[in-house]
Amino acid sequence: MSGAAAPVRRRRRFAAFGGLLAALVAALLRADASARTAFVLNDARGARFPLPDLVVPVAGTVRILAALILALAVLLAVRGAGRRDAAVVGVMGGLAVVALLTWAGAGTSISVVSLLRGTLFAAVPIAFGALAGVLCERSGVINIAIEGQFLAGAFTAAVAASILGSAWWGLLGGIAAGALVGLMLAGLTIRFAADQIVSGVVLIVFATGVTSFLTSQLLAGTPSWNAPVRFQAFALPGLSDVPLLGPIVFDQTVLVYLMLLAVAGVQFGLFRTRWGLRLRSVGEHPAAADTVGIPVLRTRYRAVMLGGVLAGVGGSWFTLEAASQFSKEMTGGRGFIALAAMLVGRYSPVGALGAGLLFGFADALATALQRLPVPIPSSLLRATPYVITIVVVAGLVGRLRVPAADGKPYVKA
Amino acid sequence: MSTGAPPSPAPVREGPAQRLRAAVLGASARLTGLAVAAALGIGAVVLALSAEETREALDDGLGPALVAGASAVGRAYSALLQGSVGSLGALSETLVAATVLILTGLAVAVPLRAGLFNIGGEGQVIAGGLVGGAVGFAVTGLPLPVHLPLAIVAAGLGGAAVGWLPGFLKARTGAHEVISTIMLNNTLTFVLIWILTLPLVQVEGRSDPISRQVLDSARLPRLLEGLRVDAGIILAVLVAVWVLWFLDRSTTGLELSAVGANPAAATAAGMDPARTTVTAMTVAGALAGLAGGALIVGLQGRITPGFSAGLGFDGITVALLGRGTVVGTVLSGLLLGALKAGGRAMQARSGTALDLVVVIQALIIVFIAAPGVVRALFRVRADVGDGARISQGWGS
Repeated sequence: MSGAAAPVRRRRRFAAFGGLLAALVAALLRADASARTAFVLNDARGARFPLPDLVVPVAGTVRILAALILALAVLLAVRGAGRRDAAVVGVMGGLAVVALLTWAGAGTSISVVSLLRGTLFAAVPIAFGALAGVLCERSGVINIAIEGQFLAGAFTAAVAASILGSAWWGLLGGIAAGALVGLMLAGLTIRFAADQIVSGVVLIVFATGVTSFLTSQLLAGTPSWNAPVRFQAFALPGLSDVPLLGPIVFDQTVLVYLMLLAVAGVQFGLFRTRWGLRLRSVGEHPAAADTVGIPVLRTRYRAVMLGGVLAGVGGSWFTLEAASQFSKEMTGGRGFIALAAMLVGRYSPVGALGAGLLFGFADALATALQRLPVPIPSSLLRATPYVITIVVVAGLVGRLRVPAADGKPYVKA
Repeated sequence: MSTGAPPSPAPVREGPAQRLRAAVLGASARLTGLAVAAALGIGAVVLALSAEETREALDDGLGPALVAGASAVGRAYSALLQGSVGSLGALSETLVAATVLILTGLAVAVPLRAGLFNIGGEGQVIAGGLVGGAVGFAVTGLPLPVHLPLAIVAAGLGGAAVGWLPGFLKARTGAHEVISTIMLNNTLTFVLIWILTLPLVQVEGRSDPISRQVLDSARLPRLLEGLRVDAGIILAVLVAVWVLWFLDRSTTGLELSAVGANPAAATAAGMDPARTTVTAMTVAGALAGLAGGALIVGLQGRITPGFSAGLGFDGITVALLGRGTVVGTVLSGLLLGALKAGGRAMQARSGTALDLVVVIQALIIVFIAAPGVVRALFRVRADVGDGARISQGWGS
């Protein structure tokens, strides 16, 4: 159990994982040997500068990919890649996914554009939720309540957009609801110094109860209150004509653009401004921050509220973009996936986006596979994002450098 | 950002279980009572505001609206009281609900001793119900005294397996149990739907996911003629007695509390926090698995998707209301069982949605977790910082 042996053990675990992946991929070879898969690189709605389809033979491609994964696993087992061990695991996983898609698409075609568009779209709540978590935890407050903020945001956004007849009003309502739950979290954890994880779980139960209760009590009888006007996708002129990238990134919905702006904004704010430095100092060493005159509690309140605003935007996604109305417990654990994304992204906004895209891809992949003639039951496919979360959190995150005062209420000495 | 901190020994943190014990000893029954009263009061306000008749009466003015709201609350709450303790049948329903709540509450209370927060009750209930139910309908030809215990033990083992995994992952890789247990809940929800469509499990001739009927030789016997209360409540109480012994009298239980109170001291005394983590989560899983088993071989008789919905979170409420003690958990299981049974009667008789009970439950734990709120509401004098602080941060 000495410290020096730990990286070696970890490397061996990665190598074993790679070997397992290679075996799984090789197992796919039992498919029809002569079939081909076409990867379509153009937008289904037509492109100004069309690209040719990428058509590959299934058996040969899968064989090559399995061999590549095995080679990387052997590399990890024998000498490792130093600090890039985790990256090698990522590459192996990516190759395995390509193999899976090649096999699943045998005899038909797979739209790469819609898969990646779906990834970016599904990443919206995860990335916003993870950003909310980053802001709270960098300031020293654990925010488990993201799921509750999502539910409150989704519910309020649906009702506001229905009654006031505009998706923008809905977004504003969602933000207000997310911030309100944020205020409750701040009050419980900062003002009353309650246990932060318990407070978060309580707020989830509370938000679940209130939104479910109001849904049965109010919305069931008045359907017009649950028919939100939703955001439409709009293409950025010019940019959306770029082959491959254009339809994926620049022909998206409002919240996708907002997500990219928010990530850039929070990254800059946290690490390049006085505000960010103060926020982080309060999360690392509140007593020291207090000594130099930074108001610890006020800074935490504001960070948690701003986190609530971001989580509220993420919650609005459910009813303003993803679904056509609010339904009970519709967030399905995505708040917790966002929490995992925050950890995977190591408390950085850009990392949060990266992790959000990873989970978004798992979502989009499960959706894409459900449409293909694959002999995997759809209920198991729907479990994919959750399983991937466990694997990623257990296998790749490991021990984190957590903000030093995270989870501890600050009481002035 | 830094990487590669050595994974062991675990960093020293102030003991969550120590703080919990302080919270338990420092907490008065009066405060718990006030928390329940405050939750019911706020629940009444929510109910009055959302009632249809209040909104209609609002057209006539504020006075009539107040009267209408009050009468809506009166009807709903009297139905709640009637439906929980108002008759022998109501008491039976309360005990039926309490059976599952006591077991899932214990599944949260045991890991709390070791400083772990088990949110995975729902997944563990699913696994227990699935395995116990499968033994109940797939194994044939056994007499009841053999078949029923077999099914119940199988349920415990199924739950234990699902509880073991997050414990193992936490001990080996540091993956936080809050995330892994929640993800297992969601995973098992979908795995359950898949398993229920397998030919060996599904009822013949049905296309929807629903299992075969558990054989009579594996069903928990009903206790009273014509009432739904079954031997599950006896099982729950016996298990609670065992947990009381396990936590307070067994060596493993002592290690659990020691590791929860101070991991560094426990390590110095020769205990292994990693192994304790695995043990605590496995026992918790078994307890929740028993809840699932008791539900399937008892009341329900067959496995359906969503049979476990919300039970894991109910367990958190029960354990926190019981302040992490075994006796407290049993008592709060009975109280919340009454709330649940009464809530169903309320929904049936006064048309108030059952979800109001969830709101009330959440408010109860808000007030338990942050006693300062109750104090502010009722102006009770108090010591500072006696909230049930139990969890650890991400890093440990």
